[in-house]
Amino acid sequence: MEIPKSFLGYKRENGRVGTRNHVVILPVDDISNACAEAVANNIKGTFAIPHAYGRLQFGADLELFFDTMIGTGKNPNVAAIIVVGIEPKWTKRIVDEIATTGKPVEGFSIEGAGDIKTIMKASKKAQEFSQWASEKQREECPLSDLWISVKCGESDTTSGMAANPAVGNLMDKLEPLGVHLCFGETSELTGAEKVCATRGKTPEISKKFMKTWGDYNDFILKEATNDLSESQPTAGNIAGGLTTIEEKAFGNFQKIGSRKFIDVLPPAEEPKKGPGLYFMDTSSAAGECLTLQAAAGFNIHLFPTGQGNIIGNAIEPVVKLTGNPSTAVNMKEHIDLDVSKILKREMNMDQAGDELIKTTIRAASGRLTCAEVLGHKEFIMTKLFRSA
Amino acid sequence: MAKTDIIIHDEKDNVGVVVIEKITPKQDCSCWIMENDKTVNIQALDEIVLGHKIAMVSLNEGDTILKYGHDIGKVVKPIKKGEHVHVHNVKTKKW
Repeated sequence: MEIPKSFLGYKRENGRVGTRNHVVILPVDDISNACAEAVANNIKGTFAIPHAYGRLQFGADLELFFDTMIGTGKNPNVAAIIVVGIEPKWTKRIVDEIATTGKPVEGFSIEGAGDIKTIMKASKKAQEFSQWASEKQREECPLSDLWISVKCGESDTTSGMAANPAVGNLMDKLEPLGVHLCFGETSELTGAEKVCATRGKTPEISKKFMKTWGDYNDFILKEATNDLSESQPTAGNIAGGLTTIEEKAFGNFQKIGSRKFIDVLPPAEEPKKGPGLYFMDTSSAAGECLTLQAAAGFNIHLFPTGQGNIIGNAIEPVVKLTGNPSTAVNMKEHIDLDVSKILKREMNMDQAGDELIKTTIRAASGRLTCAEVLGHKEFIMTKLFRSA
Repeated sequence: MAKTDIIIHDEKDNVGVVVIEKITPKQDCSCWIMENDKTVNIQALDEIVLGHKIAMVSLNEGDTILKYGHDIGKVVKPIKKGEHVHVHNVKTKKW
């Protein structure tokens, strides 16, 4: 197949391109969720992304919190954004950083004003943003404006046979075209970590990967109070035939095809080495991983599943594919692309990769994904440790 | 092309994955090896459902299970060629 050269995206003020045109109402903290949700309820064309944190965090955990909030706002899928927090200082820090992109952003703090006045003020601004954003048009953009993140979930043995290598095939075809790519799931590479390390572009990158994996593994072993094989693989993985974390890891790893990664990113950090494949240090919980990848600026997500994970994301459209013929039928409403014919040898990997490229470009150009139509807007903060 | 019941990733692998709804005891199954495009046959001893693994050779306690050509765990109970391979007879070496 000749790979299409372009997709239809929204050009942003800073040169990045969005696959969506969101107007987001972002609460800074847990107690500002109600206000943010009220604003989103008042003003059509906006939505709130409530979350559980943002109070009394400190140290590295607080910095990751800010990186996630700021990165979410900066993501090119966000056209404009309202930030609502209890206190002005943290609210302003987030607003000021998002403003460096040049997109419309305004902050409101509730303390001293109360919910109702804040809702009124923020709603007026949100109305302005919503109508402004509604006039933005999609334009033809080169594929190199795609920043594609990947993560698999509810994996089974069909993931490693069909859906994950189909993503790998897409990576092999799109990386030479200047696309940014990102995989994560530090803990779910356990068992395949040494093989994964050989995919670092340089010995230094490989070393950086092994250090990142080692630190995460040490943390898991330190906190473990039970036999970890009871939670990794998960019950869903085991039902699907996956026996050990090693087997899961080698299946997982098929997602990067034959690519090499050019850097190891801390959670939520924007890649700075240009186009190519990046590894990001993330949890293997889908909600957390996708939220971190979106905060790093990725604008579309590919999610292979075996037994049928239903995840979506508030910022990135999530394209789901499966190689499991039962899941493709029984959970049809969640599956954007069925590659189960690979198992019957009625489709080869080259064809599956091509189909996935077509599906990805359609979704990037505006076709709603299954997760979007079903209302999935997961926004899940990674918390490193207890608050003070 | 002959119907494929089982897919084996790598020629070195000692397990294959069932890719039809299920295989039943005494069933003669056709296995496709992805790596070299060869076909081999095996007779099943157990009922094994889609996505689950079958032993391509007999395995003893302590043996290593190879899939994708890599070590994915150790045998903790002897397994006969054609039997179901899963959490009841294989365990991780990691944790």
